[in-house]
Amino acid sequence: MENIYDRTIDLGEYKPEPDDDRIICRCEEVTKGEIRRAVHDGMYTITEIRRYLRSGMGLCQGQTCAKLVKGIVARELGVSPAVLTPATSRAPMRPLEMKIFAKEGEEDE
Amino acid sequence: MSRTADVIIIGSGVIGCATAYYLAKKGTSVIVLDKDENIGNGGSARNGGGVRQSGRDPRELPLAMYAVNNLWPTLSEELGVNVEYHKEGNLRLGKTEHHLEILQGLTDRATACGLDVRMIDGAEVRAINPYLSDEVIGASWCATDGHANPLMTTLGYYRAARRLGVQFYTGEEVTELQTIKGKARRVITKKNVFEGEKIIVAAGYESRWILESVGIDIPMSKDLIEALVTEAEAPMFPQMLGTADADFYGHQTDHGSFVFGGASGFETVNKDNGHNMTSSITAPCICRGIMKYIPKLANAKIVRTWAGYEDVSADGVPVLGEIKEIPGLITACAFTGHGFGISPIVGTLLAEVAREEKTTLDLSAFRYDRFKAII
Repeated sequence: MENIYDRTIDLGEYKPEPDDDRIICRCEEVTKGEIRRAVHDGMYTITEIRRYLRSGMGLCQGQTCAKLVKGIVARELGVSPAVLTPATSRAPMRPLEMKIFAKEGEEDE
Repeated sequence: MSRTADVIIIGSGVIGCATAYYLAKKGTSVIVLDKDENIGNGGSARNGGGVRQSGRDPRELPLAMYAVNNLWPTLSEELGVNVEYHKEGNLRLGKTEHHLEILQGLTDRATACGLDVRMIDGAEVRAINPYLSDEVIGASWCATDGHANPLMTTLGYYRAARRLGVQFYTGEEVTELQTIKGKARRVITKKNVFEGEKIIVAAGYESRWILESVGIDIPMSKDLIEALVTEAEAPMFPQMLGTADADFYGHQTDHGSFVFGGASGFETVNKDNGHNMTSSITAPCICRGIMKYIPKLANAKIVRTWAGYEDVSADGVPVLGEIKEIPGLITACAFTGHGFGISPIVGTLLAEVAREEKTTLDLSAFRYDRFKAII
């Protein structure tokens, strides 16, 4: 496979692996097996995997697991990890209390 | 790679995926194209997840009521994924007498259409949701409204459609449609040419440019909306919330995080760099709005913000159905930010239109040629 655009390509049967229960995304407790199954369910991009499983959507926003998830998805699809676009980084860079964030751009400051 | 099918759908949002699913279920062959590399990367992945009937235009209300009564309750079972649907009510909150007047108007229009929605006072609001502040003096309450997870719904329809043999191709940017002998037939992308007996354009605001290639213009604009999500909190309340002032809207998800959408007033002058870009002033503004209504959330941590575009119709309701001038051409666009809640019924109806069956509900209020000048 050269790209992730054609969603009709047959990936073959999902074959369980001994370390499928290993946790890859620690924040949201997503396992390797869940990520591999999601690829077989048609989730071919990092963005789709995130939305489907919540991997990389927790407190660290994927700063710990992004590369691991990418490697697993790439291997499952048989593509180079370079083919997979990383997920969009989103503000704020660190989790921030609403009451602190709310002060940004406040009129009386 | 196949380039022909009974129906070609442009746009893999929740509308395109749902339509593909209902078509495939009836045995119709379908190809779905999207210019993005991701499935459903427009409004379907960026909205607040409301499944509301209250607050809708009377033309749109029958669709919302049908979806809530007949499709949403069993959707998780049907698709084999948990779409996290909750039918636990919608509170549209008011803080001033003027807000209550707005809410009363919306409520009167909805009850005239047969929806069970009513005005309640501050005490009753806090009996339903004790976390709301004393600033809230009243609300409209619709007990059968609710919310669902738009990511799981979109990807759930995609997964189910794909299992039924629908062919999805992402990274296929449509440049034009072509007619053959006066009939819509060809979809030209930057890489390929696809052909179908029917073509359904469900590409959000971009539908305007795709339809323009065959001389059809849908009067719509696009509006940026921003949203944010908190870290997971212990379960607090199951209702969908909105406000008369449109400060914010949102709900707590099954995951525990709160998803809220809102605006700063600068959306129309957003520095659009070709992406769905957030502005540094909007999320703090949404936070200030939320804290006035739900003080307890002041300590909740925001982990992520994002933006998305709404395809805003000139008269506030979508354009749905056949385009008579060009046989074979069907569109579903200009949802004005209300598309997610009605997506299951819109998918059902579009599948019926494409198969030339009698539609479950009347679509004539959504015709593409309904727009008239004021004089």
